[in-house]
Amino acid sequence: MRFLKLVPSNTKIDFAGHRILAFAVTGFLFLVTTFSLFYQGLNLGLDFTGGVVVEVASSTPPDLADMREKLNNLGLGEVKLQDFGESGREVQIRVQPRANGSDQQTVAAIREALGTGFEYRRVDVVGPTVSGELFRNGLIATLLALAGIGGYVAFRFEWQFGVSALISTFHDVYITLGLFSVLQLDFNMTAVAALLTLAGYSINDTVVVFDRMRENARKYKRMSLIDLINVSVNETLPRTVMTGMTVIIAVFPLLLVGGSTLLNFSASMLFGVIIGTFSSIYVASSLLIYMKPVLRSRADDQGDTKPAAPTPAKPS
Amino acid sequence: MIYIAPWKIVVAVVVVLASIVFSMPNVFSRATLDTWPSWVPSKQANLGLDLQGGAHLLLEVDVAAVTRERLEALLDEVRNVMRETRIGYTNLGVDGDSVRFRLREAADVAKTREALRPLSRPLTNAVLGTSARDVNVELTDDGQARLTLSPEAIEARRSAAVDQSLEIVRRRVDETGTKEPTIQRQGTNRILVQLPGEQDPEHIKRLLGQTAKLTFRLVDTSAVPGAPVAPGSELLPTDARAAGGTGAGPQQIAVRRQIMVSGENLVDAQPGFDQQSGQPVVNFRFDSAGGRRFGQVTTENVGKPFAIVLDGKVISAPVIRQAIIGGSGQISGGFSVQEANDLSVLLRAGALPAPLNILEERTIGPDLGADSIRAGMLSLTIAAVLVVIFMIASYGLFGVFANLALVFNVLLILAATSAMGATLTLPGIAGIVLTMGMAVDANVLIFERMREEVRAGKSPLAAIDAGYSRALSAILDANLTTLIATILLYQFGSGPVRGFAVTLTIGLIASMYTAVTLSRIIILFWFRQTRPSTLPI
Repeated sequence: MRFLKLVPSNTKIDFAGHRILAFAVTGFLFLVTTFSLFYQGLNLGLDFTGGVVVEVASSTPPDLADMREKLNNLGLGEVKLQDFGESGREVQIRVQPRANGSDQQTVAAIREALGTGFEYRRVDVVGPTVSGELFRNGLIATLLALAGIGGYVAFRFEWQFGVSALISTFHDVYITLGLFSVLQLDFNMTAVAALLTLAGYSINDTVVVFDRMRENARKYKRMSLIDLINVSVNETLPRTVMTGMTVIIAVFPLLLVGGSTLLNFSASMLFGVIIGTFSSIYVASSLLIYMKPVLRSRADDQGDTKPAAPTPAKPS
Repeated sequence: MIYIAPWKIVVAVVVVLASIVFSMPNVFSRATLDTWPSWVPSKQANLGLDLQGGAHLLLEVDVAAVTRERLEALLDEVRNVMRETRIGYTNLGVDGDSVRFRLREAADVAKTREALRPLSRPLTNAVLGTSARDVNVELTDDGQARLTLSPEAIEARRSAAVDQSLEIVRRRVDETGTKEPTIQRQGTNRILVQLPGEQDPEHIKRLLGQTAKLTFRLVDTSAVPGAPVAPGSELLPTDARAAGGTGAGPQQIAVRRQIMVSGENLVDAQPGFDQQSGQPVVNFRFDSAGGRRFGQVTTENVGKPFAIVLDGKVISAPVIRQAIIGGSGQISGGFSVQEANDLSVLLRAGALPAPLNILEERTIGPDLGADSIRAGMLSLTIAAVLVVIFMIASYGLFGVFANLALVFNVLLILAATSAMGATLTLPGIAGIVLTMGMAVDANVLIFERMREEVRAGKSPLAAIDAGYSRALSAILDANLTTLIATILLYQFGSGPVRGFAVTLTIGLIASMYTAVTLSRIIILFWFRQTRPSTLPI
């Protein structure tokens, strides 16, 4: 029986040698993200801005212009209307928080202005206290997660591993944040959940490579760091790609049929998994080259336990 | 020899059976489950409001109002004390968090200190001890006085106000007949109300939006329109329909500050109709103390009007035609039937100690909830089928073993969610889907390792052993780091996102058992039966 193999066994790709190219790609994405965050920022969702979001479905195709006129006459400030969902009958109405007058009155006013003939699928009202807290909590959770992950890896390996794991995880989270900014996707609490899960996934990927490096360092005591990285990344490559693929396969249905609530979540997960796979192959281990970790097991270098090390990858 | 410790097999059988037994109830309808004997687990996963539809309200008890009210009361007390003791003062008022005034004569300082002493009472709180007093009095030698509430007193009142609000909210919501509401305290001064199935929470919001402080007081008939009222009275706005329901009555009525009877003395309130006019009214009954006092005051004031004041508004100001002795009465304020109903609900449930602010409201229509369940289940099914096919295509028979472990992983998530009474949300379903992608990672790690060992020339059994033992540290590290992220997400996330953290956390922990231990036992069993000379991997 022949199995599906996404990556042939025994690859000898010179990943560490291509690091400059990888860093260029990373640097480019980093710049795009930074520029986008600087110039257009994030499209903060209701969770973080506060205000009112109402999703209505009408029995007949809705007349957006008419609805817009009715709602603009209410004097609620900026009212945004948007086609929504797949049915073409759904409209999302978003009202920014009001300086005077309560958001509760906003909802009542909208219900009154639109009249009957609408089904209220979702009404979300978030006050300024809660939106501020949600924003702060999301930020704290993300920072703590990064710190916790870096700390754990530093504790389990050497500090250099912790640092490069932290940098590559931050890299993945940051560039996925860039996706939210460039495409102006709704950035809400679910998006933070996606980023945190991604941080967990990305570190998972990186740790597997690091774990193999540690093992190989014990096995081939005289191998140079660059060769060690290449051997370890190549050996774990089938697993890295397989796992990335299973997650993509699992997330894809969420993207296609999971509905609007999960759309941004699944899109960013999908993007992030690809970035995460890229970074654990290229970025995380290659960063180690610049930090020259001394692996504990090599400190008492007694010579190779195994006579022949596998042929290191040839730079191509 | 292929040896599997008997206790490991016992544990595996127990885990497998438990995952089936505890996840089973989710397949059946509630009605079927009720016919089951009580010893059979019948707990279903709690569906979050985003799946079953309903309203979520986060309320905040306005504790500042409690403090403000206490300061106003203190101000009255000070005024009374000073007037009784005939000490001259000026500039009496509430300033920030204290009551201040200045003595006309600095010589009165000692006398004032003595007079104000009774205002500073020890707090009767066993926990805080007896050293704390509720009011601190500061009096300078040049006659500046400042009375502040002690932090302990503020805290005691805050805590009591939140406890009482929680109780009142519960009573009011129960009165509306909402099915299975969840009402719980959150943080220091917040109350979370969840109303499954509620589509339009406007009615409940209106009920919760009133403090419903009811007082019966005498109208100050000596007040002249346009002139300032006497110190013992205050001008209160009238409800538009008050005073006979014409809406043509005066905009404001001078009412005595002194309260005859308050809503606390009510034992019952029911909506009804006035026998003569047929107008909707609220019939109420006082407790014995309230009835006695009401009887006494009405006896002494026949022919004079009294005011029924609700939340600082006069809703009715009838004239006392005769003494009302029976302890029961009627409020007519030009109500609609609905308003009379609501008012009786509010009066029965009691007054809130402080206003409630709505911080957050999320309402999901039942159709959207049903759509979300459908979308979630569909993605889950498609994802499961794809992952299963992918694993078999990649690893053949071993893929089947991994899939078996995966099935029990998903069952375990469902079983744990149901047994713990955790809430399953739409992001929670996404968490299960994601777990499926991530849980097979452990098996991928193990199987890839086996391939390497086979290539290195190991015997099938040695390759299996090495695959499991060598991949273990990577699996542990990988899962623990992901757990850091999911636990933080649970801690700091809110609402549906927490459901995601729950299922993903359970899934990761379960996967460490199913993908490592369970799949190993399955593979070793298979090996013992077939004794293959090469591994089909």
